[in-house]
Amino acid sequence: MDAQTVLFLIFAGVMLVAALRVITARNPVHAVLFLVLAFFSAAALWILLRAEFLAIALVLVYVGAVMVLFLFVVMMLDINIDKMRQGFWRNAPWGFGVAALIVLQMWLVLSQPQWQGMTRSGPGIANADNTRALGMLTFTEYVFPLQIAGVILLVAIIAAIALTLRGRKDSKSQDPSQQVKARSEDRVRLVTMATEDRARQTKET
Amino acid sequence: MVSLSWYLGVGALLFAISVVGIFLNRKNLIVLLMAIELMLLAVNINFVAFSHYLGDYHGQVFVFFILTVAAAESAIGLAILVVLFRNLSTIDVQELDLLKG
Repeated sequence: MDAQTVLFLIFAGVMLVAALRVITARNPVHAVLFLVLAFFSAAALWILLRAEFLAIALVLVYVGAVMVLFLFVVMMLDINIDKMRQGFWRNAPWGFGVAALIVLQMWLVLSQPQWQGMTRSGPGIANADNTRALGMLTFTEYVFPLQIAGVILLVAIIAAIALTLRGRKDSKSQDPSQQVKARSEDRVRLVTMATEDRARQTKET
Repeated sequence: MVSLSWYLGVGALLFAISVVGIFLNRKNLIVLLMAIELMLLAVNINFVAFSHYLGDYHGQVFVFFILTVAAAESAIGLAILVVLFRNLSTIDVQELDLLKG
């Protein structure tokens, strides 16, 4: 067994155990932290596959941004864990049945002889700069999909903010749209009335 | 040497674990979102493994786009979760029956 195999077994084992703990952890905060561990181990597996850029991106984007967002939300909500755990194991036989079916099907496919020969990497991957090669491909062949991905992220930003933004009732902030809509007729009222006689006014007082 | 089928097996096991997670945590919406993230990770592992063993970078570009879409999805999903909790004070999936479905 060479070093790469040992590393693969360690990282794959850690990832699977962490994934099991994600779905069985009692406390949602623990589940998020085990999910972080699973993503870290997956990033290590991707480095073994010489996909360095994606491994770094996984750590930066998922562990750095998405998991922190998950942690924020989990800690913000006040969840009644005991009520959530009611009937936790009721559907477990179905779940394990479906999972066993998936693993069995995959094992039937993978036990075919054509997979056994694929132990070497192809010529393009082995001695090339991963980030440079991905960049060349992304900014030439996949330019338009990249733009669409940017638009999807923009839509996600706008949707997330629009969903959760809540104007406070007691805040004294200005409303620009209200200000733009202001008209002079609403502000100043000109009243027509008869002219007063100043001489008579002083005599009376 | 680690062969392609090992990576595919790990991906299948991870996917199966997240399917079990969806069956177990029917009530807790936030753990359901985490199980979906694990499923996407399993798919991405398969993509990267094939990309490495076939010597083709297109699989890795695909993983890049999947990561983008998954990040957007979880952001919107968590925003919906926060709005839901604000209105119903629960994230129990079984109480989401406003549409009488």
